Amino acid sequence: MTALLEVSGLSVSFDGFRAINNLSFSIGPAELRAIIGPNGAGKTTFMDIVTGKTRPDTGSVTFGERSISLLGMNEARIAREGIGRKFQRPTVFEDQTVTDNLILALKAPRSPWRVLGWRPKAPDMARVQALAEEVGLGDHLARKSGELSHGQKQWLEIAMLLAQEPKLLLVDEPAAGMTPAEREQTTTLLVSLAKTRAVVVVEHDMDFVRRLNCRVTVLHEGSVLAEGSLDHVTQNAQVINVYLGRG
Amino acid sequence: MTASSSLPKYPTGGAGGVKPPAANASRSFIARNPSVLIFLLALAAFTIIVTIASEAYGVGFISTSFVKTLGKTLCLCLVALAMDLIWGYAGILSLGHMAFFALGGYMIGMWLMYARTEEIVVAALAQGGLPATPEEVTQGIATQIFGVVGSSDLPVIWSFAHSLPLQLILALAVPGLLALIFGWLAFRSRVTGVYLSILTQAMTLALALYLFQNDSGLRGNNGLSGLQNLPGLGDTSQDLVSVWFFWASALALGVGYLVLASVVSGKFGSVIRAIRDDEARVRFLGYPVEGYKLFLFTLTAIIAAIAGALYYPQAGIINPAELAPIASIYLAVWVAIGGRGRLYGAVIGAALVSLVSSWFTSGQVPSIPLGFATIHWVDWWLVLLGAAFVGVTLFAPKGIGGLFDRFQGIATPDRKGAALGPDDGSLQEREAQE
Ligand SMILES: Nc1ncnc2c1ncn2[C@@H]1O[C@H](COP(=O)(O)OP(=O)(O)OP(=O)(O)O)[C@@H](O)[C@H]1O
Ligand SMILES: [Mg+2]
Repeated sequence: MTALLEVSGLSVSFDGFRAINNLSFSIGPAELRAIIGPNGAGKTTFMDIVTGKTRPDTGSVTFGERSISLLGMNEARIAREGIGRKFQRPTVFEDQTVTDNLILALKAPRSPWRVLGWRPKAPDMARVQALAEEVGLGDHLARKSGELSHGQKQWLEIAMLLAQEPKLLLVDEPAAGMTPAEREQTTTLLVSLAKTRAVVVVEHDMDFVRRLNCRVTVLHEGSVLAEGSLDHVTQNAQVINVYLGRG
Repeated sequence: MTASSSLPKYPTGGAGGVKPPAANASRSFIARNPSVLIFLLALAAFTIIVTIASEAYGVGFISTSFVKTLGKTLCLCLVALAMDLIWGYAGILSLGHMAFFALGGYMIGMWLMYARTEEIVVAALAQGGLPATPEEVTQGIATQIFGVVGSSDLPVIWSFAHSLPLQLILALAVPGLLALIFGWLAFRSRVTGVYLSILTQAMTLALALYLFQNDSGLRGNNGLSGLQNLPGLGDTSQDLVSVWFFWASALALGVGYLVLASVVSGKFGSVIRAIRDDEARVRFLGYPVEGYKLFLFTLTAIIAAIAGALYYPQAGIINPAELAPIASIYLAVWVAIGGRGRLYGAVIGAALVSLVSSWFTSGQVPSIPLGFATIHWVDWWLVLLGAAFVGVTLFAPKGIGGLFDRFQGIATPDRKGAALGPDDGSLQEREAQE
C-alpha cells in the first residue's frame, strides 16, 4: 500500500525556534492515526504545514496517488486536492443558514465564474438533507447556524467536512469541550470515516485515543519520538519521560 | 444529547416537521427576494412622477436643475450599490471607489468635450469660405481644449476621443484595468482590513495628484467642462437632455440592482459573506479567496465607472477634486448610514444623505444664531454628518435599512461573539485562527 500523505525531512523555525525538526511521517489511503505529544510539540504546526497555512523551511510533503507536492500550493488549492481540516473550535458561518453552510461545503466547482452560475439541483438538496440528518440537524436546515448550540455547531462542521468528501481529514483536538456522550459519538464517527479515507487525529485525551484503537505517533520537540500501538508507545521510556511522566 | 433511532451514533435534533429539501431552491428569484420587486416598482414610479413633473415632458413642477440633481442622485445610488457589494457583503472596505467613478466620468467627458469642440471648430473654420483640412480641425480642437494649460497638441491619451464607441469602451476598460492591477497586487499579498483601506486611499490620492498636473493630458485642475452639451444636439434644450439622462440613470440603477441582487442571493453571495466573516475558513473549503476579491473589486469598479459616466454629463464638469480621498469616504458613510449588507440600504443611504447634503450646502437652510456664534449650515453640515455617522455606528449598526427588520419583526438574537445580523458579521469572534 502506497502512502496517501508522505512527509519527510520537514523543518520549520519561528524566529529561530525550531517548531518542527526534521519530521517524517506517512499515512495510507484508509488509515486512522492519532498524534499525541506535550503542549508545543508541533502538532498544530504540522497540520498548518500540510494544509498550506505555514510554509516549511526544508523538507517535502507529497499527497495522493501521483504523489504531487503540496509545497507551493495555497490553502484553497490543497483543500481542492482533497484535504479537509477540522479546527478545535467549531467554525461555521454563523450568519448563514445550515443549508447555506452545507451548500458552501458541497463538492462542486469553486471558481468565481462557476459559482456565479451554480444553482442547487434536486440531488444537491437531497445530499444536503441527508448530511444534515446524518448529524441530527435535519430539522434545523433553515435556521441560522449562529443560533445552534455549541454541540450542534460542532456537528454541522463535521457535516461540512463530509460534504467536501476529502481523501484526508485532519482533526485537531476534537474531544475538547465535549461531553462524554459526545466523545463516544465522535470516536465512532472517526473510526467509521477512516474506513473510506485517511484520518489524522490530534488529541491529548488518552482514553479518547485508546477508543480510537489505532496506530499512534508521538511528537516531541518537532520530531517523531515513537510510533506504534498505544500500548507500545506508552511503554517507551522516552515517551514516559517527556510526556506521560509529567502528569 | 440522546442517540437517534435511525443512526445511533449521531445526536438527534429537536422534534418538528421535516421541510422538503428543495423548497428553498425551487422558488423563483423574485419570490425569494420580494425587496427586488418592491425596489423596481418604487424606482419605476419615481421615474414616472419625475417625468410628469419635469419641464420638458410634464407640468414643469420640477426645475431642470433639480431633475439633474435627481438624476445624479440615482448615479450615486448605483455607485453605493457597488460599495455595498464589496464592503457590506464581502467585508472589503475600499476607500477608493470614487476614483473609478471619476475615471468613468473622465473617459466619457473626453468624447463629449472633443466632439463638441470639433463642431465649434468646424463651424468657425467654415466661416473662412474654404473647407477646413482634417489637420486644421485637429489643430483647432487641440488649441481650444488645451489652451488653458498652455499646450496646443492633442495628448496621446486623446487618440480615441473622436469616437463615442471607443471612448465608451475605455470608460469601462480603464477603471476596470486599474482595479484589476491594483487588486491583483493588493490581494495577492493578502493585504486586508485597515491596511487595504489605507492603500485604496493612497491610490485615489495619487491619481488625483497626478490629474492635478497640467501635463497629465486631462487639463490639470481645470478638468473637463461643458459636458452637459451633447454633441450633435446643440439645439436641444437642457430641459429634454436632463430628463433623458435621468431616465438613463434610472435604467442603469434598476438593471444594476437586479444584477447585484441575483449575484448576492445565490451561492456566490453566500461565498462572499463567508469571506467577510472568516476568510481563512473559506480557504480551507477550497475557495480561491483572492480570486473572489479580485473579481469583486474589478466588477464593482466597473459598476462605479458606469455610474460616473452617467453622472458627469449631468454635472457638466469634472476635475481632479472629484478623486479626493474624502469622496470615497463619503461613499462609505452613505452605505453605513443606509445599512450595509442589504442593497436597498445602500440606495436609501446614498439618496438620503446626498440629497440632504446638497440641501444643507446650497445655503438654503437658515442659519441658527446662538448669540455667541452662528451656525452656518454650509460649514456645520459636515459636523452633523459626522455625528450622524458616529451615532449610526454606535447605536444602529444596521443603519436605516435595519428599521425594515423591525417592521417585518425579524428578531436577531443577541449573542456574544456570534454575528447574526448581516452587519456585525465582520465583528465576529475569530475562531479559525489556531
Ligand atoms: N506562527 C507562529 N509563530 C511563532 N511561533 C509559533 C507559531 N506557531 C507555532 N509556534 C510555536 O511552535 C511551537 C509548536 O506549536 P504547536 O501549536 O504546533 O504545538 P501543539 O503541539 O499543537 O501544542 P498544543 O498541544 O498546546 O496545541 C510552540 O512553541 C509555538 O509557540
Ligand atoms: Mg495545538
